[in-house]
Amino acid sequence: MEELLVKYFRPKLPHIWCPGCGNGIVTASVVKAIDKLQLDQDKTAIVSGIGCSSRASGYLNFDTLHTAHGRAIPFATGIKLVKPDHNVIVLTGDGDATAIGGNHFIHAARRNINLTVVVFNNSIYGMTGGQYSPLTPHRGMATTAPFGNVDRPFDLCELAKGAGATFVARATTYHANLLADLIAKAIEHKGFALVEAITACPVSFGRQNKMGTPANMIKWQRDNAVMVEAMAKMKPEQLEGKFPIGVLHQAEGTEYVTEYQKVIKRAMGSGE
Amino acid sequence: MKLKTNVKNCKGCGICVEFCPKKVLELDEVGKIKVAREADCIKCGQCELRCPDYAIFVMRDKK
Amino acid sequence: MAKAVLMQGNHACAEGAIAAGARFFAGYPITPSTEVAELLAKRLPQVGGSFIQMEDEIAGMAAIIGASLAGTKSLTATSGPGFSLKQELIGYASMAEVPCVIVNVQRTGPSTGQPTSPAQGDVMQARWGSHGDRGVIALSPSSVPECFTLTVEAFNLAEKYRTPVVLLLDEIIGHMREKFVMPDPASLTIVNRKKPALPPGEFLPYKPEADGVAPMPGYGEGYRFHTTGLVHDYTGFPSGSNAVTHELIERLHTKITNNIDDIVKYEALELDDAEVAVVAFGGTARSAYAAIESARAEGIKAGLFRPITIWPVPEKQLFTVAEKVKTIIVAEMNYGQYVGEVRRVVCGKANVVSLAKWNNDPITPNELLNAIKAGR
Ligand SMILES: Cc1ncc(C[n+]2csc(CCOP(=O)(O)OP(=O)(O)O)c2C)c(N)n1
Ligand code: SF4
Ligand code: SF4
Ligand code: SF4
Ligand SMILES: [Mg+2]
Repeated sequence: MEELLVKYFRPKLPHIWCPGCGNGIVTASVVKAIDKLQLDQDKTAIVSGIGCSSRASGYLNFDTLHTAHGRAIPFATGIKLVKPDHNVIVLTGDGDATAIGGNHFIHAARRNINLTVVVFNNSIYGMTGGQYSPLTPHRGMATTAPFGNVDRPFDLCELAKGAGATFVARATTYHANLLADLIAKAIEHKGFALVEAITACPVSFGRQNKMGTPANMIKWQRDNAVMVEAMAKMKPEQLEGKFPIGVLHQAEGTEYVTEYQKVIKRAMGSGE
Repeated sequence: MKLKTNVKNCKGCGICVEFCPKKVLELDEVGKIKVAREADCIKCGQCELRCPDYAIFVMRDKK
Repeated sequence: MAKAVLMQGNHACAEGAIAAGARFFAGYPITPSTEVAELLAKRLPQVGGSFIQMEDEIAGMAAIIGASLAGTKSLTATSGPGFSLKQELIGYASMAEVPCVIVNVQRTGPSTGQPTSPAQGDVMQARWGSHGDRGVIALSPSSVPECFTLTVEAFNLAEKYRTPVVLLLDEIIGHMREKFVMPDPASLTIVNRKKPALPPGEFLPYKPEADGVAPMPGYGEGYRFHTTGLVHDYTGFPSGSNAVTHELIERLHTKITNNIDDIVKYEALELDDAEVAVVAFGGTARSAYAAIESARAEGIKAGLFRPITIWPVPEKQLFTVAEKVKTIIVAEMNYGQYVGEVRRVVCGKANVVSLAKWNNDPITPNELLNAIKAGR
């Protein structure tokens, strides 16, 4: 990690995140993935929205863009269309990506545009102090759900798959090495790639939901995440409250920017 | 030296302490990371892997 | 020599964007602006550019900011409801100083209003629509050829001052067909953003030069700079400092106000001996030309002041007019928006009368002529 800090981080640490916040672990996994693939740092853009997690872009030594709440994906879409050979990685929160930015999320997945989207899912609006997000569990506590959350959450990975994403994976901060591997796979994938990173917000989610210390929250991830391959062999009663991690969906599909490059070729050829 | 810490960046969350299989680590009286029993460290890397603040590093063997 | 063709204002705007060097459009269809998108969907890939129809207007605005930051001149086009949706990100483009052009072909509002009817009700929204304080540039063409030249000008100003520029058309101008001769590209002045002279490491992405504007690198050029909508210092990173906030917000204004003589364009017609001046812009100016002609034919000393740059207001020039005339008639297709600006600027030097109309019909030459007669 020490060498990665020098190479891929700006000299801006310590970061702003609370003690025990999982965002630092997810960000490290992003950097490990980039390092694993030896991406050209000058041809990699990191785009984020607004929220605690979206502050990650500012710490990373690339062309970085901290956008507006919910809009990271369409900003990234503009970048990718005019810089087709750049890697464009979106770092976003569960609220950012699925509430205010939910429409952009599904449409980018539908287009199968070659973006890597890492959703830092802490099940809450962290930055604004613990209001429920579309990924807060049903009956979970939030400052705006003082009697428990009435909303039912999305299954983000199923949502992405249903919308047309061609690479969908999930890991947790407990499984930080797996997370890095999945992010690397997502970057390599040609098409819309989602990695859902289950991460702890001890301050705005953990406290209200009596999750204990940051370490306890990570243990919860350890105890409830199951490799998707193993899950297939488990009995229904063993699956209670468990969620799958690993590569959950991978498919072939025409990629948007590649297709649009063909349009440009045709249009330029036709003259007129 | 098996471990290196950056006490300045440590926020004292205790994650490394909790996940160390050999109970090598502690928080000191001001709640910062302290390598209490370095000799017991097996260099498994669990602490470094999940430190959210990049404040503890396992030294690589020089080959 | 290019031959004259009959062209619609919206199409002239799209051609102007191509001529200005724009190579990216992202937007969402809305009457009466859709023809801008439709033509660019065809024209952009022909010149190696990209067009994308997004899922909504917010996404269109986001995508053009992203594309512009990456290094490509970009635009979007919309009308009232979409212009409202874009406001947050227009403010983002101001704050992050990202050059881009927003075409708003105005229709009757509020809300869905009258989609196919002309209006000029977004004048104040162009100035104040996004939250917070910032300087603003907005241009308003009155003819098809001017749709072309002002689109080029909008890009030039956006690039020069690193700011979003709004092109305020109205349904009259957007859908009107007029004779248009494509200018020789070599005859056009095209401005491109300043590039950093300093190498990465020494370069501060938000440190302004004497003109109040910082040079701007693109993506992939090795600068690895950070952009945020948060208040930021010269490095581009967030700052909570009062002094930094004060200086930044002030500069977002002064980079425009200090260069107002370079930015402002207007037309002064028959004003030298005028007793009554009409202030009109966009489609309304067309009726004003006719009204002034009729008035002069009747021996009435009337003239026209047409702000081409409606933001910033051509204050000096307007004040000079006010010193000479008895009455200023502000004609606009809204409930009376620009008239407030005119009153502010002329400070009682002339009698300012509002000729406002908001019923979907353009202000007629006759209505203007009557107002001129009443104002003598
Ligand atoms: C348009 C807009 N609405 C609301 C906000 C306030 N806001 C900032 S961050 C945030 C929620 C962030 O939640 P999430 O995306 O899950 O990120 P986290 O902080 O949990 O990492 C909200 C509602 C805003 N900045 N902009
Ligand atoms: S509020 Fe939650 S998500 Fe935000 S920094 Fe603190 S722990 Fe992390
Ligand atoms: S995990 Fe890191 S920040 Fe937390 S106590 Fe250990 S060294 Fe400190
Ligand atoms: S490397 Fe393993 S044994 Fe050594 S301190 Fe870290 S967690 Fe404990
Ligand atoms: Mg969240």
